[in-house]
Amino acid sequence: MSSVEPVPGTAASAASAAPAASAVPAASAGPAQPAAPTGDVIHDIGFRHYDGQRFGRGWVVRSLLVETVRGVFGLGRPAKSKVMPWVLIAILLIPPLVIAVVILLTGGNELGISYTQYPGSMELVISLFVAGAAPYCVSRDLRHGVMPLYLSRPMRRSDYVLAKFGGLAISMFAVLALAETLLLVGALLMKLPVGAQLVGWAGGILTVAILALILSGIALVIAAFTLRRGVGVAAIITGLLVVSGVVQILIAIAKDKGYPTVASYLPALNPYGLVDGIAVRLLGVEPSNSTAYPAGPLGLLVFGSLAVATVGACLAILIRRYQKVGGV
Amino acid sequence: MIAGLDPSVGSRDFTGARDPGDASPAGRSVVVENLTRTFGPITALSQLTVEMPEGVVGLVGANGAGKSTLIKVLLGLLAPTSGGARVLGLDCATQGLAIRQLVGYMPESECLPPDVSATEFVVHMARMSGLPSAVARERTADTLRHVGLYEERYRPIGGYSTGMRQRVKLAQSLVHDPKLVLLDEPTNGLDPAGRDEMLTLIQRISTDFSISVVVTSHLLGELEKISDHLVVIENGVLQRSTSTADATQLSGVVLVEVTDGGPELVARLRAAGAQVADDGGAHTFTVELAGEWVFDAVQDGAADLGVGLVRMQRRRHHLTEIFRPEQEGADVQR
Repeated sequence: MSSVEPVPGTAASAASAAPAASAVPAASAGPAQPAAPTGDVIHDIGFRHYDGQRFGRGWVVRSLLVETVRGVFGLGRPAKSKVMPWVLIAILLIPPLVIAVVILLTGGNELGISYTQYPGSMELVISLFVAGAAPYCVSRDLRHGVMPLYLSRPMRRSDYVLAKFGGLAISMFAVLALAETLLLVGALLMKLPVGAQLVGWAGGILTVAILALILSGIALVIAAFTLRRGVGVAAIITGLLVVSGVVQILIAIAKDKGYPTVASYLPALNPYGLVDGIAVRLLGVEPSNSTAYPAGPLGLLVFGSLAVATVGACLAILIRRYQKVGGV
Repeated sequence: MIAGLDPSVGSRDFTGARDPGDASPAGRSVVVENLTRTFGPITALSQLTVEMPEGVVGLVGANGAGKSTLIKVLLGLLAPTSGGARVLGLDCATQGLAIRQLVGYMPESECLPPDVSATEFVVHMARMSGLPSAVARERTADTLRHVGLYEERYRPIGGYSTGMRQRVKLAQSLVHDPKLVLLDEPTNGLDPAGRDEMLTLIQRISTDFSISVVVTSHLLGELEKISDHLVVIENGVLQRSTSTADATQLSGVVLVEVTDGGPELVARLRAAGAQVADDGGAHTFTVELAGEWVFDAVQDGAADLGVGLVRMQRRRHHLTEIFRPEQEGADVQR
């Protein structure tokens, strides 16, 4: 390219020297300095090749994960895509804020809600958040045919699934962990014993981490089978709410009929109950909504294995689903 | 299907049979050996053996001929039922990741999310090809400019015209500076002007960007303009693999058009011993190109008669002329 660049200049000066017959010098310059279409060359710096570093799968998956997290919060998307997640995040953060403010003003001596009870009390809002985010993560790429572009990149199909799952789970965890941390701030402002509060907070963080994994898995599975974003949102929210409602009814019936053991295992069918049960048996905290959970290590074992199995099954279904996706 | 064809036609461009395992073939971006791919009872590709040189390779075939299946095999996304293929010297069956780092792909279908801008999307896709973020941003700006997207690249893709979308699709296949791009029906859905622009752009990818191109189309006519080499497949079977220069070689006839005095010039040329055929109009005729002297004779004759020489053009065969009789022959065999 650089060897060609002086040519138009030379031709132009030759032309200006003989303005009456500008075509003549250009033509006579032709054979000596071949093929320089004047004007085209000056501004066109040409296609630049890239000889630098190209990262492998690790970077590609990380990039997809980061893009997913950004997208869940509406970053890099139009303003209207930012409304829902941030309204819900605001709602999720209001209770800890209110508690902190109330404590500050009234000088109370206990948190209105425990770290592990908090997710259960915000069940609806959390469900709405994941219902809005999961279809963005996967339905969009399915519906608009973006999968072939991802598949033609240096990564595997399962990498896509893991990046999307990781991105959604991390996003959910970030929001819930922030709320937990606000609760901790409130507690510390109240001058409650720091050690005990930190332990409680750590338990809360663990609880929301498990919850984020389970909810992300379930929501992504539903979203991966619904191409339309709206349908995906509706399917996830109804799924989570219906399951929650049905489980409540079943528990009530089981108690009524005199099967307290059955009733104590039933909450495991609801993601929020499952996580709360694990927290209660693992950390020895108070259950949310004063639900009864199976006693002893067996309860923890059952609830724990069920949580692991749920996440594993969701990932397996997703990976299987994506073996056939994308028209490629 | 090919019963009506000369059996030598399909393999005429690679008579020098080479080792199947010949790695990193100089001058050849794609080498396919005995490739067969079946989907249950359907055979999409059957015993396909073909080599594609660097430059622009046109892959022609009707819908369902196996073009897209071949591209998926080349990308390492679809395992061959038997046989194999190498892209840039890499084995498609085992080195898919390495191939996809060096190859760009533009799918036939709609593949752009509507709610992001072209810049955001292409930067993302560049990172997904392994480029560091800063390089991805820089190359996205460059590449979008090269494909002809300017201010509109900051607007969400949802508002783009088909032509602009095709450009974004092309840009994402080029942004990581691949050695080879596979373009699946890039002119689909474009109006005639957009079609020509896209074809010019594809030619530039090869000539100005030095990136090899494999471009598919079901229209032979549009690929003939830009391809250096043509591969024709039908029902998964290779019909022809030939360089465009060979196929459209000079036919040995010069078309001459003069402003005036056509008959006089014809008489002069005949006197000089040239074979002249009238081409309809009084001032247009064709001359058999018996040697270089014919050009001089035409030029001198026109000068002596004092008539203006409008055009003196060697005629080329059109690919359609070459393929048409065979296609008809194949149809008859059916």
